[in-house]
Amino acid sequence: MGGTGRLILIGRRLLQAVPSLIGIVIVTFVLTRALPGDPAAYFAGPAADEKSIAEIRAALGLDRSLPEQFWGYVIDLAQGDLGVSISTGRPVVEEIFERLPASLELTLTALVLAIAIALPLGILAATRPNSWIDHLCRVVVTAGVSLPVFFTGLFFVYVFYFVVDVVPSPIGRLDIFSLAPPRVTGFYLIDSLLIGDFETFGAALAQLALPAITMSMFVLAPLARMTRGSMLQVLGSEFIRTANANGLERRTILYTYAFRNALLPILTTLGMVFSFMLGANVLVEKVFAWPGIGSFAVNALVVSDFAAVQGFVLSMAVLFVMLNLAIDILYTLIDPRVGIEG
Amino acid sequence: MKRRDFLKSSGLLMGAGVLPMLKNVPAYAAGRDDTIVVVLANGPNSMDIHRKGTNRPSYAIAVNLYDRLVGYGSKTLANGTTMYDFETIEPELAESWTLAPDGMSVTFKLRPDATFHDGSPVTAEDVKWSFDRAVSVGGFPTVQMKAGSLLKPEQFTAVDAQTFKIDFIEKSKLTIPDLGVPVPIIINSKEARKHATADDPWAAEYLHRTPLGGGAFKLERWDPGQQVVYTRFDEWKSGPLPGAKRVIIREVPSASTRRALLEKGDADVSLDLPAKDFRELADSGKVSVQGAPIENSMSALGLNMNFEPFQKKLVRQAVAYSIPYDDIFEAAAFGRGVKMNGGASFKPTSTEWPQPFPYDTDYDKAKELLAEAGYKDGFEVPLSFNLGLADWSEPAALLVQEGLAKVGIKSTLDKIPGANWRTKALVEKSLPLHLKNFGGWLNYADYYFFWVYQHGHLFNSMNYKNDEVEALVNSTLKLEVGDPAYKPNVLRMIEIAFDEVPLIPFYQPFLDVATQKNVAGYEYWFHRQLDARALAKKS
Repeated sequence: MGGTGRLILIGRRLLQAVPSLIGIVIVTFVLTRALPGDPAAYFAGPAADEKSIAEIRAALGLDRSLPEQFWGYVIDLAQGDLGVSISTGRPVVEEIFERLPASLELTLTALVLAIAIALPLGILAATRPNSWIDHLCRVVVTAGVSLPVFFTGLFFVYVFYFVVDVVPSPIGRLDIFSLAPPRVTGFYLIDSLLIGDFETFGAALAQLALPAITMSMFVLAPLARMTRGSMLQVLGSEFIRTANANGLERRTILYTYAFRNALLPILTTLGMVFSFMLGANVLVEKVFAWPGIGSFAVNALVVSDFAAVQGFVLSMAVLFVMLNLAIDILYTLIDPRVGIEG
Repeated sequence: MKRRDFLKSSGLLMGAGVLPMLKNVPAYAAGRDDTIVVVLANGPNSMDIHRKGTNRPSYAIAVNLYDRLVGYGSKTLANGTTMYDFETIEPELAESWTLAPDGMSVTFKLRPDATFHDGSPVTAEDVKWSFDRAVSVGGFPTVQMKAGSLLKPEQFTAVDAQTFKIDFIEKSKLTIPDLGVPVPIIINSKEARKHATADDPWAAEYLHRTPLGGGAFKLERWDPGQQVVYTRFDEWKSGPLPGAKRVIIREVPSASTRRALLEKGDADVSLDLPAKDFRELADSGKVSVQGAPIENSMSALGLNMNFEPFQKKLVRQAVAYSIPYDDIFEAAAFGRGVKMNGGASFKPTSTEWPQPFPYDTDYDKAKELLAEAGYKDGFEVPLSFNLGLADWSEPAALLVQEGLAKVGIKSTLDKIPGANWRTKALVEKSLPLHLKNFGGWLNYADYYFFWVYQHGHLFNSMNYKNDEVEALVNSTLKLEVGDPAYKPNVLRMIEIAFDEVPLIPFYQPFLDVATQKNVAGYEYWFHRQLDARALAKKS
């Protein structure tokens, strides 16, 4: 498939995202209004009377009819305005812009870590069925699936911070006495390197280590299992047998033929895993006081902060659409047949 | 050698050669000894206590970054905890004040040398603007001002640069104390006016992010959702200079992490832990735990008069006799509180509030009363509690359920998420049986009765209405404590509350705080926020 074909494919995928986004805008609006809490009563403060609750309701625009509110929301959205989060008192766009890099830095580091462990583990387990490494793989998979992340997180904090004292205090992205590097990408690891500040880089990396490991534990299992299963299947297929019979080198067979063919389902799993992670983020962020988007969203949900919840869901939806797009493009790179029949 | 010491010393060893490289780091690196690190569950969402939707942690901003005209004295409790003393009003920004001979106005003299953080002098004009703002913006600040009969801008006059006068609409014992609560802060009006617009005459948008005060601390940094950093305002004149040069307040959502930080010595002060942790920390002796009973506050069970069986006094009393008080005190409060059961008599002798109610666990008596009321076979009722307060309400609810079951009342647990609680419990007042806690800021029984026992008021989630209480509260609220009618009125109110029990208190909870042993100066305040002004580290 040529470059144009790929561009058409990408364009079509982008167009397909539009209805989903419209749907998400409508659904989040309706769902937030269906939340049981009344934000006006909540935010009116401790000594609120009927009058001050009504004032808050008017200030939030909640005294208007639902269609009116929705229309206002859509108009604001078209101008890139996601409203103001009443629980933090800042524009939602600003909140998300500020917090998304923190979540992504954590998620991506964990993902890289998980891939770095899960793929070799899965491949080794597949090539040596019922060996010790296969059993290890099984143990890791079972543990990863059965232990909830907040448990693993608290356990790690207890062991590595409280008892052994090899990691810094679990108190967010940087040590209390360090300052954030000037913002370029919002990823502290990258921003600190950009100004050549290795001390901050080290501090940020140290803070990142434990939450990232916790999270990678969570996604290690599906990745390793899928790699193992997919590799086993490919290794048992006919073209591998032919290659073996032709006396090709084992390395070549394994990496050039088998792994490349096993990669598609792994990639699919990766996409799914990534979306799980953005959800699981919430708990890890809570345990490690990570100022990410997950803990922001949960706080917003708890107090019925409509604008913040809508903004969060919407930005996550956009992220998913982009992620799926990226995975589709990767498909075409790995397997040129993808997309032709569509 | 501890990790941070190591970092510090290695930083020193590297010396001047690497300084340019470190330029983004050392701002905080100086002086761990005069910095106090506080960890808490939730931080402020605004720098302006007058803003709509400002949360409780923001009250700490008002306390630490702004001055009020007056403050409160302090006293020490039997358990060694220091707390504010609501009976002593002390000068803060106002040097002195005089009550007019007719008792209908008060005149304050401001400190002549007091300045705002930007160096400009504090004038009576600023005080007037700030008070005008508090009574005009509506919402919580306006309601709170009203509690002290401070209603409209016409009451406030800037007589000259250093003289500020308040005219009273009516005499009220709450007026002067109400000036010491976090709401009537003194704002730099010259600066604020620059940011006011026609749509926003009180500069709400600007003050939301930028405090313009003259309090003991200046704001160094505010990262919403993460941290607030105060630096000491060395020119502060309204009281003794704070002991800490810098206070870093970090939000750490997980309670176990907060506890770990404290136990490891990475945090100096930890707030908002479950009672269980405070008790364990206190028992361990490694850190110091200070607890004061939260004034004017009770953890209690509300019985809604709209629910038919609870309309009968005998049923309510029966419920009061079927609560396993001691178990609740142990399992929900972990002993961190003052018991509110087992009072000596149905006739109160002291105006102190809260005080133990004359009920105790007595299932036989409860059954008798139920039979007498015509509910021999009991009834069914949902028992609601706020999930946001689950750490004490859940065990308490389970024990209440068990106690009620013993006398034949079947209850089903109904867990209500925090955001919804307010609507259901307080606004709609639709929960038949519910766990609640409320604490009034101004520590008088009649003030509590005003909020909780008067009909239609927000915290009267029981829909309780008693004409005698209505009349008593209305006439008592304004009376001075020394007034001859005050004591008999309050005693009568309490007596009715004892007898009618629309609200069954379990215990008065503690406000606990855990600190490193070298942190001194912690003081309990009715607003339940950390007043950092008196905190200091002993070396």
